[in-house]
Amino acid sequence: MGAMTGKNLIEVEGLKKYFNVGGGKVLKAVDNLNFFIREGETLGMVGESGCGKSTAGRTILRLYEPTGGSVRFNGTDIYKLSPGKMKAMRRDMQMIFQDPYASLNPRFTVSDIIGEALDIHKMAGSSGERKKRIEELLDLVGLNTDHATRYPHEFSGGQRQRIGIARALAVNPKFIICDEPISALDVSIQAQVVNLLQELQDRLGLTYLFIAHDLSMVKHISDRVAVMYLGKMVELADSEELYSNPIHPYTKSLLSAIPVPDPEVESQRKRILMSAEGGGPIRSADEKTEETSLVEVSPGHWVAMPH
Amino acid sequence: MANDNITNKQSLPALTAADFEPVNINERESEVIKRESLTAWRDTWERLRRNKVAMSGLVALIVIIIASILGPYVAYWVHGYDYQTNDLMATNQKPSALHWFGTDDLGRDMFVRTWSGARISLIVGVAAALIDLLIGVIYGGIMGYFGGRVDTIMNKFSEVLYAIPYLLVTILLLVVFEPSLGTIILALTITGWINMSWIVRGEIMKLKSREYVLASRSMGAGTGRLLFRHLLPNASGPIIVTLTLSVPNAIFAESFLSFLGLGVQAPISSLGSMVENALTGWMYYPWRMLFPAVLISVIMLAFNLLGDGLRDALDPSLKNK
Repeated sequence: MGAMTGKNLIEVEGLKKYFNVGGGKVLKAVDNLNFFIREGETLGMVGESGCGKSTAGRTILRLYEPTGGSVRFNGTDIYKLSPGKMKAMRRDMQMIFQDPYASLNPRFTVSDIIGEALDIHKMAGSSGERKKRIEELLDLVGLNTDHATRYPHEFSGGQRQRIGIARALAVNPKFIICDEPISALDVSIQAQVVNLLQELQDRLGLTYLFIAHDLSMVKHISDRVAVMYLGKMVELADSEELYSNPIHPYTKSLLSAIPVPDPEVESQRKRILMSAEGGGPIRSADEKTEETSLVEVSPGHWVAMPH
Repeated sequence: MANDNITNKQSLPALTAADFEPVNINERESEVIKRESLTAWRDTWERLRRNKVAMSGLVALIVIIIASILGPYVAYWVHGYDYQTNDLMATNQKPSALHWFGTDDLGRDMFVRTWSGARISLIVGVAAALIDLLIGVIYGGIMGYFGGRVDTIMNKFSEVLYAIPYLLVTILLLVVFEPSLGTIILALTITGWINMSWIVRGEIMKLKSREYVLASRSMGAGTGRLLFRHLLPNASGPIIVTLTLSVPNAIFAESFLSFLGLGVQAPISSLGSMVENALTGWMYYPWRMLFPAVLISVIMLAFNLLGDGLRDALDPSLKNK
């Protein structure tokens, strides 16, 4: 967990991303998200598959155009930026992707992959400088510098994810969205990558939005955790507080699904099942979903309540 | 038995610390990749080389290309006649030392005419395929990349064009313009690019949602970089296969048009017009039909074998499906 300053680096307000699924129906993938991330903090974001976590991450980086709302980076609303300014802004915000097999262009060498951002932003004056920077980045993520001329298919999953991390770091970003960076990796490699991410956060003062569905890993890495359900945020609290004192029924249900590595306790564990209200997130365009808003039940602990 | 085991164990010498030596795993060292670094193209070539069927297609093609370039010259140097030199005293001759493939009804040498006909066929086939490639990649690339309404309109247009029988379009064109090499190529490409554009469209649509394309976008890459550095290079496999398989189609179409008399005009030879010409007396002079017909078949077979082999070599995962 990084050194936090009080300042909010990212402020997300009323963020919405709807997809047209045809037949007058929309998929409310992300519906009215409100949260902030402090500088140097790690905010974990959990929820089941398809709850809109990844869409939220991609919309925050403006890889998808939002349906509504705003994202402020250091006070600047990034959705109002011109294409030129947005391109410059992309140096500050980067992403690490879920699937290390799909996130590296198979026709690029490692040095092309890591160097691409340097080329786009013309950050390397000469080819020598470019090479030096790429080697520096490889070293930073614990890869050999002679890997630079290799192709992605020659690497293991863990190594590929390191290449993905080096690529994200190439532009010296302040904020990185980690979109389930470990869920495609072996358990033994997961810890390595998480430790690397934490080490990099300490060294470079990074701010993370850590999207995952592995609850215990999120607890380990996050300062605060947000729980998403059907495109909405249902609970947000410090990770200790959230795990010891969940309030929203969905959070309770989710936490009750964590297996305990103790057979005695595990055999006693009871799953709390929740009946899904009102089906999935696909609604007809004008249908009103139940309005909820986050209420602060104790300092820093927010829960969605119907009003 | 149990006692034996115990005594055996007791007779073992005691182990001391000196019997062990540390393995010293160096994490950095274990990450070294020993395999020779191969680019995607080298890898493809290695796989293609091991495919005997595809390689025989490739070898046959190389031989045919060399023969069609050199064949007419060789006959000219040896015997002093070209594709239109006729000897009315020596019509419909069997293959002999003087006329390796025999002569036709006007006493023209079949060896020269067959290879110069193959040359025409190859030129038409390759030129039509390359023009298809150019138009198909641009049109399909725009459809796939922009999607949405642009895609719907452009795709409908190509479907309408595709629905018109190509023979009809071609015959109309050849009636309006003088039949010549250029006209045939134009006629073949007017509808020929559509297939290529659909292949490219599908590939681009599939690839544009890949995470490495998103990663490049998240770094601020523009349309040009995404298309030419990420999307098209990764779509090159299916494009090359389609290209290779569209050459024999064009060659066959050219032969077919020539057979109907709509191809290149006499005295220039074409494999199709030679077959048509031989039709009248094929019971008596079968070699006049044999050589051009066999050559068309071999060219088409060779391209198809090579195309299939390339498909397997470029995407090994498809092979067993």
